[in-house]
Amino acid sequence: MWRDAWTVAAKDLRIELRSRVGVNQVVPFAVLVLLLFAFALGPDRKALASAAAGLFWLAVLFSAVLAVQRSFAIESADGARDGLRLSGLDPAGIFLGKAAAVVVQLAALEVVVGAGVVVLYGAHMSGVGLVLGASALGTVGIAAAGMAYGAIASGLRVSETLLPLLLLPVVVPVLLAGTKTWDAALTGHLANGMPWLRLLALFAIVYSALGLLAFGPLLEAS
Amino acid sequence: MALAAHLSAAVALADQFPVLAGVDLDVAEGEVVVVQGSNGAGKTSLLRLCCGLLPLTSGEAEVLGVDLGRDRVGVRRKVALLGHASFLYDDLTAAENVAFALRCARLARSGTAGALEAFELTGRVQRTPVGRLSAGQRRRVALASLVARAAPLWLLDEPHAGLDAHARDLLDSAVRNAAAAGTTVILASHDAERSLALADRVVTMAGGCVVASGSSAAPRALDANGTDGRMAGERTLAEVPHVA
Repeated sequence: MWRDAWTVAAKDLRIELRSRVGVNQVVPFAVLVLLLFAFALGPDRKALASAAAGLFWLAVLFSAVLAVQRSFAIESADGARDGLRLSGLDPAGIFLGKAAAVVVQLAALEVVVGAGVVVLYGAHMSGVGLVLGASALGTVGIAAAGMAYGAIASGLRVSETLLPLLLLPVVVPVLLAGTKTWDAALTGHLANGMPWLRLLALFAIVYSALGLLAFGPLLEAS
Repeated sequence: MALAAHLSAAVALADQFPVLAGVDLDVAEGEVVVVQGSNGAGKTSLLRLCCGLLPLTSGEAEVLGVDLGRDRVGVRRKVALLGHASFLYDDLTAAENVAFALRCARLARSGTAGALEAFELTGRVQRTPVGRLSAGQRRRVALASLVARAAPLWLLDEPHAGLDAHARDLLDSAVRNAAAAGTTVILASHDAERSLALADRVVTMAGGCVVASGSSAAPRALDANGTDGRMAGERTLAEVPHVA
């Protein structure tokens, strides 16, 4: 399983590095979301700083939808999806590999978006460890849920519009817990973030386990 | 001789239509079988059933010792399919696509160069993303990936399509070499001149069934005795004798 996961992750990341879709489209989209929120909230730096945590996670979630769609789009061209099914790779390994590739892309994106909220919104990071922990767990959860729902949507002709409808309601716990954890880190009340950090961990574990078990049947059924 | 594939009254459905309507077919190990038939006769569905992409609805189907009724996923690592699609990634180079196929098959990447050279994909072409290659070159890369997997059963769906005369010669040579090494080949083709020269046996399909089978020396014409000319999907479920 681990070998297959490495094979798929390396393949997906190589494709992303070469196509530069993430760099040229997904990252600019995330920055654009931050800018639009800044325009919507006005020039009040205090209001922007207080909303920074939620806006960070919203930008990440919207961008994650694009990253997940892209991850399945590369399998839909020229019968590659059937090729992947015929490859003999362990479906759990495919799930792990594709999720890992999305985690790497989202982690890079979060660095840019995180810098964006500091520069644009004037957010002050006082609990870096909590921020990193929440980001890591939240990213794993989003990627795992994205792979599960992406597999459902990808076999359908309306996958582009269906995936956000399926995925965004499911990742509301990540938005909520991620925002609360980041708020705790930004305001310096680190202890307040710990229960939410545990929720992020639980979400990541549940959807990783679900994906490992269900990805094979989902790939066959969709 | 041992059988690479044994199908008895095999029925497969696609969207409730019987694309295979009771196929009876035995293929011996090392045999090259050419499947003929008009469009919609069930040739592609037969190949997709044999590689585990199409589920078996009723009847028996055993490929390389794997019962497809019980485990159609288990056979996939043992077969290599060349379909209408090439199964390639546009942003990977020709060499990277073949190396990925090898890694999936748990084989060493060292086989990449040999497989590409067998289809004269050398030099710059190896390092070019396949999205920038011509249709014929893409087909050659797909064939190189298939050859590299060294699977004991090749399933080739219109393999000559999109290839120039020289590439067709390379393909025919690869099929002959594989068959000589004991690989079983099931080949669906409309290119009678090319495919019959490769065949040990010719099977004719119509309406989702095998309607004729004979040696390549005496190939059956399409729509021969017993063929009603209908496509597989034109049969209703009630007309398929093996579906309860």
